[in-house]
Amino acid sequence: MTELLLTSYERPRNLHPPLASPEYRSTLLRAPSQPLVLLPQYLTEVTGPLLGEGRVAPTDNDLTRAPGGEPQGQRIIVHGRVLDGDGRPIPHTLVEIWQANAAGRYNHARDTWPAPLDPNFTGVGRTMTDDRGRYRFQTIRPGSYPWGNHHNAWRPAHIHFSLFGRAFTQRLVTQMYFPDDPMFSRDPVFNSIPDATARARLVSRFDFEATQPEWALAFAFDIVLRGPAATPTEEPHDD
Amino acid sequence: MTEPVGAPGNAAGLTPSQTVGPFLHIGLPWDDGPDVVGEGAPGAVLIAGRVLDGSGDPVPDALIETWQADAAGRFDHPDDPRGAPTKDDAGFGFRGFGRCPTDAQGWYWIRTVKPGPLPTPDGRTEAPHVDVSVLARGLLDRVVTRIYFGDEERANAGDPVLSAVDPSRRDTLIAEPIEGGYIFDIRLQGDDETVFFEV
Repeated sequence: MTELLLTSYERPRNLHPPLASPEYRSTLLRAPSQPLVLLPQYLTEVTGPLLGEGRVAPTDNDLTRAPGGEPQGQRIIVHGRVLDGDGRPIPHTLVEIWQANAAGRYNHARDTWPAPLDPNFTGVGRTMTDDRGRYRFQTIRPGSYPWGNHHNAWRPAHIHFSLFGRAFTQRLVTQMYFPDDPMFSRDPVFNSIPDATARARLVSRFDFEATQPEWALAFAFDIVLRGPAATPTEEPHDD
Repeated sequence: MTEPVGAPGNAAGLTPSQTVGPFLHIGLPWDDGPDVVGEGAPGAVLIAGRVLDGSGDPVPDALIETWQADAAGRFDHPDDPRGAPTKDDAGFGFRGFGRCPTDAQGWYWIRTVKPGPLPTPDGRTEAPHVDVSVLARGLLDRVVTRIYFGDEERANAGDPVLSAVDPSRRDTLIAEPIEGGYIFDIRLQGDDETVFFEV
């Protein structure tokens, strides 16, 4: 009988926001109040859905394509790599994004603030990383928008990102921000991340080298998912 | 100078989580999201339930994601050292993964098969279970729970994860058998709060 050797994933400390972050008011009735129970990383946790092939069309990474014409706003490239904690690229993994339009309005029935919708912008994109873990979107720079968390609250402009990696342990949903956003200091979602250096990792880098002349500005954003804590060592044995 | 994408400074360190927000429906649900197996697959059952907040009110803007082994306890994944399962699902396309947004009353559902039991590295056996991620506005990180099955009492009694949970809270992880499937409610907070795991 073969010994069952499983990958073990690091358990990051002081990285993710505390679930109970009362300045973000929606946490008040939704954040669990009991401490989390440690789940060993067994087969279900170290495997995960390897999705996307056949689900993603080649043009799904271009949010500026619409049957009626181009959306309004500043055209941008958003690109980067998906890596694990050891810096290894995660190839062929699904990346899903969604965002508000240039005016800061989501194409969603529950977003009703008086900014214009754009008939040519749905705000959804998806792609697969290539064999070196790279992804690339073409989109419109999203606007900032007000929300009801507190008086005169505005979210810094952001793009939502959803990542799978290759294991259930690696699942991550996050938000990418833009450099020097004036709303950072007042945003309880951004500031829910306790460590300032970790917070800064959500801010994309203006990437002049990747701008396309006469076409689009570019921003670079790498995403680093949890990596193996230690490689299980295989005992040499005689067959 | 040119800084390659992924150079240290941007790539060093792990990426923190942020909430999925109230408009996840733009980007995440799929038409076939709840179909862990296709309709008509042998042994198919529905698992359905509500997501409730600390006041007991439905959470109408959550997304449930599930991940599980197939009925034989196998994963089609390179990190399962036992190797891939034989492809004998007769075209019903076992995917292992499900995702479903909650509706206005907080309900989600998936169509799946009950997974088989699983071996652990220390020689024990996990009872049939489904790993669950809950994503929602107000959750700054996903919360993770597990669905066990109420008609697997004997297997559940020997499960190493369930056994480590406070006995008074174990019931929150056990789906109730009904005709054609199971009910599994998720209480984010308050009395009878579901057990959530650090994975």
